[in-house]
Amino acid sequence: MNKSRQGKRILFGVGAFLSLVYVFPFVLVVLNSFKERMSIRADPIALPEDWLWQNYVEAADKMEYFQSLTNSVLITVSSVIAIIVTSSMLAYYLARTKNRLSSVTFLVLVASMIVPFQALMIPFVGLFGNAGLLNSRAMLVFFYVGFGVALSTFLYHGFISNIPFELDEAASMDGASDFMIFRRIIFPMLSPVTATVAIVNGLWIWNDFLLPSLVLSQDNRTLPLRTYVFYGSYTSDYGLAMAGLVLSVVPIILFYFIMQRQIISGVSAGAVK
Amino acid sequence: MKSKLSSFLPQTKRFAIFALIPLAIFGVVLVLPFIRGIFLTFTNWDGFDFDRLVGFDNYAVAVQDDRFWSAMLVTFGYVIASLIAVNLVGFGLALLVTAPLRSSNVFRTFFFIPNLIGGVILGLIWQFIFGQALPTMSDNFGLPFFSDNWLLGPTTAFWAMVIVTVWQMGGYMMIIYITGLMSIEKDVLEASRIDGAGPIRTLLSIKIPLMAQAFTISMFLTIRNSFMAYDLNLALTGGGPYRTTELISLHVFKEAFGFGNFASGQSQAVLMFLVIAAAALTQVVLSKRAEVQR
Repeated sequence: MNKSRQGKRILFGVGAFLSLVYVFPFVLVVLNSFKERMSIRADPIALPEDWLWQNYVEAADKMEYFQSLTNSVLITVSSVIAIIVTSSMLAYYLARTKNRLSSVTFLVLVASMIVPFQALMIPFVGLFGNAGLLNSRAMLVFFYVGFGVALSTFLYHGFISNIPFELDEAASMDGASDFMIFRRIIFPMLSPVTATVAIVNGLWIWNDFLLPSLVLSQDNRTLPLRTYVFYGSYTSDYGLAMAGLVLSVVPIILFYFIMQRQIISGVSAGAVK
Repeated sequence: MKSKLSSFLPQTKRFAIFALIPLAIFGVVLVLPFIRGIFLTFTNWDGFDFDRLVGFDNYAVAVQDDRFWSAMLVTFGYVIASLIAVNLVGFGLALLVTAPLRSSNVFRTFFFIPNLIGGVILGLIWQFIFGQALPTMSDNFGLPFFSDNWLLGPTTAFWAMVIVTVWQMGGYMMIIYITGLMSIEKDVLEASRIDGAGPIRTLLSIKIPLMAQAFTISMFLTIRNSFMAYDLNLALTGGGPYRTTELISLHVFKEAFGFGNFASGQSQAVLMFLVIAAAALTQVVLSKRAEVQR
């Protein structure tokens, strides 16, 4: 008994130490976001002498924080909704249609998941840039559907295949149309997968950098883009730069603390499948 | 014949309602640029136009680029170092937070946080840590190793990238390993305990073989993610000092959009795709074989 208590104490010590190591960079960034430039150069790990909120006001203003935040929220939410609608319907079609074409389509979708964006970004920019279709938030949402639909369809497909076909048949006998069957009966049953799809895609799109950096400019920029540009222009003014970093991290951390359970289970379900 | 025709119309209608739009978007956004990208590597494309086919000339130019090979080499080193370190840390963290401790949920919450934040922001945070915080701490408290800014030396900058990668991806792999550990039935563990197996014996002979699938998945994801790493590379080192830590993604990006070598840059991108596909498939095949052997 005594031995196991000691074991627990050691485990707790290790866990606590590692947790400290894990949050240490964040703590330093937060501390320094309240300081002046000179005191950061002198000692980045001391507590601030007086807590300067001014850095935050200035950073929010210079990185057009609320504009960028709005862009990020709009783009992420619309893309996630669009991905849920398109991929659940596609998955329903593929799972319920037994012919050569639908199995080939499914295979192509699965195979496409191994294609890195970098392998097609150069022709991608050529195609859509020459057509004048870049620099619009709506187009970015369209692109995210294109890049997100494969994995999400795959996740939905596995779940729908386990829903008995008799359910569709019964509803069809009662005179429901195909779309009604999907909308009223199948889609509500998919909610666990919908949660996974929303979380996996939401985290990806919220944090994505490369695609929006090729597509968006100026006023349409998302939070990560804006933060990168802002940090680059104020590298010498550390306090300001740190405040910018904190501002860009706060929304997702808040979201995590509210939705922690769903996020963890969504992430594990999305990865293991 | 008649029944075939009468089922053809509703089939087409179903396809139009459910599948047409998603497949059209998928085709335009992903398939079309991918296929066009492969085609363009055989032309004299300059980013806007091409007027003739050139065979494998672009690939010849691509493989004569020394920087391409050095980027490939750095990428391979980075993938291997990350593969080992990320999975060791992820598995270790999973063991730690599945131990019967009251605080394990809190620990798990902390370990997952870096994963929520994109590589660019993480890179900027660590730029400050390696550049400012650690050197000062090293001066003030005699903390070893960190007195110089790690990002200014080629070798240390490489390891700085690996450290941040482990910090970022460890928590994610932890989640996968937790799922694996939880899927082991309690009876099996109980039986091995009664048979007199100690904790280490149980870990090696029971737990790890029974959760082999979690290793397959985590290793696959680590390989794929680190081959494709771009954000962290850009924000932490920018490929510096002197392009010594430039990974393949960043290299391809610079070739095309920085130097305007569109056709040979795209050829390098295609080669990169082939390498990733080969590495990922090899790993999955090897792991599956190991899974079956238990």
